[in-house]
Amino acid sequence: MASDSEKPAVDAVTGTPTTGHEWDGIQELNTPLPRWWLWTLYLTIIWSIGYWIVYPAWPLISSHTTGIVNYSSRAEVGQELAKLAALRNTQAAGLANASLAEIKASPDLQRIALARGKAAFGDNCAPCHGGAATGAAGYPNLIDDDWIWGGKLDDIQKTILHGIRWEQNPETRVGNMPAFGRTGMLKRDEIAQAVEHVRSIAGLDVDKGLDLAKGKEVFAANCASCHGEAGKGNPELGAPDLTDAIWLYGSSRQAMTEGLINGRSGIMPAWSARLDPVTIKALTVYVHGLGGGQ
Amino acid sequence: MTAVTTPAKPRKSLWARHKIFETHSIVLILGILIVVSIGGLIEIAPLFYLQSTIEKVSGMRPYTPLELAGRAIYVREGCYNCHSQMIRPLRDEVERYGHFSLAAESMYDKPFQWGSKRTGPDLARVGGKYSDEWQLRHLINPRSLVPQSIMPGYPFLAHTELRYADIATEMRVNRASGVPYSDDMIANAESDLRTQTDPDSSTATAFAARYPKAESRKFNGASKELTEADALIAYLQMLGTLVDFKLYDNKANLR
Repeated sequence: MASDSEKPAVDAVTGTPTTGHEWDGIQELNTPLPRWWLWTLYLTIIWSIGYWIVYPAWPLISSHTTGIVNYSSRAEVGQELAKLAALRNTQAAGLANASLAEIKASPDLQRIALARGKAAFGDNCAPCHGGAATGAAGYPNLIDDDWIWGGKLDDIQKTILHGIRWEQNPETRVGNMPAFGRTGMLKRDEIAQAVEHVRSIAGLDVDKGLDLAKGKEVFAANCASCHGEAGKGNPELGAPDLTDAIWLYGSSRQAMTEGLINGRSGIMPAWSARLDPVTIKALTVYVHGLGGGQ
Repeated sequence: MTAVTTPAKPRKSLWARHKIFETHSIVLILGILIVVSIGGLIEIAPLFYLQSTIEKVSGMRPYTPLELAGRAIYVREGCYNCHSQMIRPLRDEVERYGHFSLAAESMYDKPFQWGSKRTGPDLARVGGKYSDEWQLRHLINPRSLVPQSIMPGYPFLAHTELRYADIATEMRVNRASGVPYSDDMIANAESDLRTQTDPDSSTATAFAARYPKAESRKFNGASKELTEADALIAYLQMLGTLVDFKLYDNKANLR
């Protein structure tokens, strides 16, 4: 049992006072805490009282104390974004009002648009089109002058704003390469003939064993309505030019046959809901200026 | 301890009063419980009633069965180890990812997917940022699209059949913890799950009525079967899309 000694004894060996408790003959030294430690503790307590006064701290019945600086992380980010917007507006006052052609014509505006476009491209476009805008299979290269949906400034802006086959956007670009094989519109040998015809107009190697004249007929009956009689494509419908050397899904027989069998309908999201109009303008000018703008 | 004692009128020292805690373990435990609950009452309890922390936001709905199954795959594969779903109210985050996340946006997340450790980007608003085909290819092999990516590939998702026999049970568990799934939703769970990948089916209208703004299509275009990739992509494509921030008043609830 602990003793009820009211006066703490001093331990004879160490000279340190004891707590005055004793359990079965064992006493506990009452070594004082280091001064620096104690004072640090007191300081943190004083600091916390200052914190309660300055910052939001205590919950109340229906709200909480707001503190004398009335801090709010939401208000703060709102102010910072407003400051950023104001800064951009002074730097790019012209971008909002100028037309795409005017931006392109003015070296100053163009410089601002390119800088802003590059940042937005990295955050939003690079995952598909690549950091260097060179694209990937199924995701067009943007530095060449081959444009599926048109390479004029307005065309590019429309594509970015509304996307391609992006169902949630009513103004999205629509146009499908049908699945000729899967739906039974063309037979397997007709597809093979059409592929050889396309290879011949594209300047690719042709399998002489197949009937090219028959392939031309199949092409005229099924493909020409979108890709044109000569296979030059139609940007209105998103039908690519089949006579050049640029192939979104590759120029192998296998890739071309697969396209005819299953169709192709790559999707690009619409950015009008995600990015503000000025950023989209800047992106348009940036993409147009990557090398292939018309 | 320096207890002041006078021989004439001895006063009980603080140590003596404290003795009861040191000599009775049950009293000590009760004392600890009381102190801890005061901390909890002051720090935690207000979060359940303060207006600024229980803000209601319009547009939120429970996950569809397919999205819920996708979410389970997201958790199973440990996506949260590298991806957070919490855009903090900081300028640079809002610039990159969009509007900062609201607490209400994860109100049906059991458990939530918040975090600030990001080996990969935040996914709170990834819905609608990429096409389904991109998501699929990226899941199969991230480096085929993003050469510098260090994310592992999950090619098996594209051809692993989705097992969803327990989806109604899972919804019931969610309901027990506060997600407002109706009896109707639970009764139609398996059918709704299939319907979401088949917008032409006869049950599509009933599904759309149960889950407003839910997108229905075959999310994994590479397989005719209902695969795990269908569920995961359906989940990814709806992340952060429920609240219309054109209608949300940022200043209504500053904190």
